[in-house]
Amino acid sequence: MKILYFAWVRQRIGLAEEEVSPPAEVRDVAGLVAWLATRGPGHATAFADPRQVRAAVNQDFAPPDAPVAPGDEVAFFPPVTGG
Amino acid sequence: MDAVTPLVRVQEAGFDLAAETARLSEGRVDVGGIASFVGVCRGDDGLSALVLEHYPGMTERALTKIAAEACARWPLTGCTVIHRVGRILPGEGIVLVLTASAHRAAALESCAFLIDWLKTGAPFWKREEFTGGGSRWVEAKASDDAASARWQLGR
Repeated sequence: MKILYFAWVRQRIGLAEEEVSPPAEVRDVAGLVAWLATRGPGHATAFADPRQVRAAVNQDFAPPDAPVAPGDEVAFFPPVTGG
Repeated sequence: MDAVTPLVRVQEAGFDLAAETARLSEGRVDVGGIASFVGVCRGDDGLSALVLEHYPGMTERALTKIAAEACARWPLTGCTVIHRVGRILPGEGIVLVLTASAHRAAALESCAFLIDWLKTGAPFWKREEFTGGGSRWVEAKASDDAASARWQLGR
């Protein structure tokens, strides 16, 4: 599974992207967040308040209960501020 | 009327309002009005630059989807969305939205719809840099969510 990070989520984690293989019990975005938060202090800081982090699965915005599967591209970022 | 293909671009370079406007009416006589919105970088509170980050691929997809939605809701003859990324200085344009139609209401309403929607519906993030050093990420505004939500009512 390819994970991408943007804006302050990327800065706190210190990575723009990483390839991960979460355990089988990780089935949705919320589960993935909980698992990623255990990967290191940067990850823990970035995901300390999951309500401040938004997600996209395969380049579509996705809610916390959206399913994730091996091979997906999942991105995490703050609420968007374009325009 | 042929189906409209919106022009969507995400680029570091600036844009030319006059040239982009001319593009929407050149070679045709069915355009009655062209509405435009140019978002400009303000230099408030010692801001020296805005740095725009995006999600390559998803950003273009999201903008194309929003532009297609505008073309489906209003009878447009043309639609252009150009959003800059990278470092933008005070006074420079950030985003350009143009909508063309036979009549003004469709052009004006769809232009407002597009700018409201792209603020909340496309993956861009702004970081503010200040004179004398220091920077901070811009926080999303509840007022932007409200502005985009109003388009879900009616119509």
